[in-house]
Amino acid sequence: MNYTVGVDLGSTTTKAVVLGEDGQVMGRGITNSRSNYDVACQVAMSEALIHARFSLLDGELERVGLAPEVRARRLSQLERGFRAQQYLSQLRVLARELERFASRLASRSQGLAETVERIVSEMEAETDGLYAEGARRKSDFFRDLAGSRYLALAEEEARRAGVSFDALASLFDKAILEVESSSDAAGRFEDHALAAAAGMRQSDQEVAAAVERIARLELVQAGSVGTGYGRQRLPFPEAQIRSEILCHGLGAHAMFPATRTVLDIGGQDTKAIQVDDQGIVTSFQMNDRCAAGCGRYLGYIADEMSLGLHELGPLACTSSSPVRINSTCTVFAGAELRERLSLGEKREDILAGLHRAIILRAMSLLARSGGVNDEFTFTGGVAKNPAAVGALRLLLAENYGELTINISEDSIYTGALGAALFAWRDVQRTHERQTTV
Amino acid sequence: MTTNIAPPASAKRPPAVQKEDAMWLQKELINRNYSELASARADNRKVSATFVPGNLNELLMCFDFARSLPETNALQNGMRKKSGKFIMDAERDGQSEDVCTYVKADLGMMMGGEVGPTGDPLPRPDLLLLSYTGCFTFMKWFELIRHKYGCETVMLHVPYQGEGRVAPNMRDYVVRQLKETVIPKLEQVSGVKFDIDRLRQYMRESVKAEDDLVAVLQSAKHRPSPIDGYFGAVYYIGPIFTAFRGTPEATQFYATLRAEIEERIKAGAGPVTPEGEMTEEKYRIVVEGPPNWTSFRQFWKMFVDEGAVVVASTYTKVGGVYDLGFRHDPTHPLETLADYCLGCYTNLNLPSRVDMISRYVKEYSADGFLINSVKSCNSFSAGQLHILREVEKRSGRPGGFIESDLVDPRYFSAANIKNRLESYFQMLEQKRLGGAA
Repeated sequence: MNYTVGVDLGSTTTKAVVLGEDGQVMGRGITNSRSNYDVACQVAMSEALIHARFSLLDGELERVGLAPEVRARRLSQLERGFRAQQYLSQLRVLARELERFASRLASRSQGLAETVERIVSEMEAETDGLYAEGARRKSDFFRDLAGSRYLALAEEEARRAGVSFDALASLFDKAILEVESSSDAAGRFEDHALAAAAGMRQSDQEVAAAVERIARLELVQAGSVGTGYGRQRLPFPEAQIRSEILCHGLGAHAMFPATRTVLDIGGQDTKAIQVDDQGIVTSFQMNDRCAAGCGRYLGYIADEMSLGLHELGPLACTSSSPVRINSTCTVFAGAELRERLSLGEKREDILAGLHRAIILRAMSLLARSGGVNDEFTFTGGVAKNPAAVGALRLLLAENYGELTINISEDSIYTGALGAALFAWRDVQRTHERQTTV
Repeated sequence: MTTNIAPPASAKRPPAVQKEDAMWLQKELINRNYSELASARADNRKVSATFVPGNLNELLMCFDFARSLPETNALQNGMRKKSGKFIMDAERDGQSEDVCTYVKADLGMMMGGEVGPTGDPLPRPDLLLLSYTGCFTFMKWFELIRHKYGCETVMLHVPYQGEGRVAPNMRDYVVRQLKETVIPKLEQVSGVKFDIDRLRQYMRESVKAEDDLVAVLQSAKHRPSPIDGYFGAVYYIGPIFTAFRGTPEATQFYATLRAEIEERIKAGAGPVTPEGEMTEEKYRIVVEGPPNWTSFRQFWKMFVDEGAVVVASTYTKVGGVYDLGFRHDPTHPLETLADYCLGCYTNLNLPSRVDMISRYVKEYSADGFLINSVKSCNSFSAGQLHILREVEKRSGRPGGFIESDLVDPRYFSAANIKNRLESYFQMLEQKRLGGAA
């Protein structure tokens, strides 16, 4: 079957959305952006296609008459099995690279190779647990998952075997780059899905047959559009590249058709976009000279506080009296943060103030773009941060009164969705032209 | 008296840059003024410095002054990649980051000794003639130079057109200052007696050049436009906005230019750009605000690459809003000088500027308009967002907003500006297709 794909190459993550022939979303994929944009793009697309095949599989299982609750259970089981297989595949590439780098240091660091081997086999043994039913994972990126386990095990091993922890950590930093820049490290859908199906109980022959049908189904790319900060580097021809402004406008419109104002806070830019009832952009503003108030600001603050990016929002939400932060400059905000900490202010109160500072910048951009019109849709990575959302709700109410505020679970995919829709429309138009001729 | 201008023998045409014949002539004129300035001391001539808006070139010529224009010097240094160092020198000398970068480039150049942008000697002025006070920075600029170099100064206070028109008492006030303060000072510094008939004669020349310039700028109403009314037109305005208005050379230059443009109209040709002749006119744009000089060619190319032609601009009116009907009037020489100074583009109030841009959008059949906002130039930038909204409302065409700087290379962020421009042009395209893009 034919599909169209939109890819949004952002400064932090690369997202892909796959649409079916009817223009409906079939799959979404996300990966860390890295210096090799081609690979980031490949990985995001193949993730989206995996997700698309699971959607197709769901339909297939419905067709063979599986009850909804059984279907959901089987699908979740299959997906976990699949992810475990995929993790193992990436782990094998990681192990190979770790070994390669360790062997170069063998003369200087005694026992390094053996230690690495022990860590990797421990990680392999943990895989099933990692993807067991109900297991919680902080992230689905291989780098984060494997990284946190590797470093934890390396710390134990370093203590036990007297090997330098720094040497082990630096090996990981080198090896993970190789895993990330290899587009086939994650392996093929067919292999993993069949292995996952084979791992299920025998009574599920129907499921196994459905998996096989879907795994062997040929998916043909009928069109693609790229967007995002790195769009010039996307492996697409120029005609298939659209600005992220247009893509975000259309994506937000597709998610919430009554949207008139879109705010997108991404890694290094913030966009305020006004759209009409067709999702056509009528006006926009972006931060021009300075990236203060973007997602990276939070990344910087997280580093300063030795916290994970995803921990900032929830911590800030516990604040009862937010501190007023005046610095709009990222670096100055860091200095202010340290000063406030030294004065004994609570971390959550400072963080709440910093989140408000980001949103204040966005409010100024919104005003410049023509204000806020109902309905308002908030997108981008920062829309996942509850403290940023809270500050935004407050400031919107103060400045613009009652509004419908839309935030989709999938808001990070807004740009990719818009791009995919542009691709889908292009395909439709070509098709119409051909039929007319 | 007519002076024949031969195309410059010395100016070898580098193959990479394409220019119209008139552009080579223009370059020769500008260079000629620099050589006149270089030999002023040897020729026993006094040197005046005066600004482009409201410049009293005909009057200065009555006293045989060699004429230096500080903004032109700054922009020439910008285009020759020299301004960055000058600005840093001026900052080291105590000028803050937010000071107009023309001022800092000029001060920095003067700190480096009496050398001008072309490398020829550029003597310190004997007289600073401030004949337009609508830009407050101009006053402070000359104050700094006077303080540092002890030059003679004379100031003509020009009232702001707050009501959107020139009232008779405003004109009388300026004429009285010309008679009582400016002319006596020019006589005193130059040692030449004022001859009003000489002034009338220069003005007769001015009118001819002004007529031809207007015809050239309005040629952009044709489809395709034979000129670029912003990037290309800054070459056209060079002689008449600086030391040549009122000279037979200028008259001849504009006659040649006009004939050349009329040929282009007949041939149905597009504008000549440094990258070659534009063959496709995809978007017709009106631009408000001064250009960036340090990356001028790169900035222009961003438009050319998208098939965007600027059909009208406000910047090309800073040295005279001739297209709205003003001409120097030899029968009322002092009154006409007063009207000229009062009618500077930046002396118009916001509603007049909104009117003018809205008219341009309509009369030049533009698809949209863009504002290049220069933070350090308050004469232009204050109120630009208001202008954006109002013109959008009045013309029904979408406005775009970008930010850069005049001559500080640190404030031209090519990737960001390109991103905005691409998004803007794609927005126009999408609107044109009514959402089908």
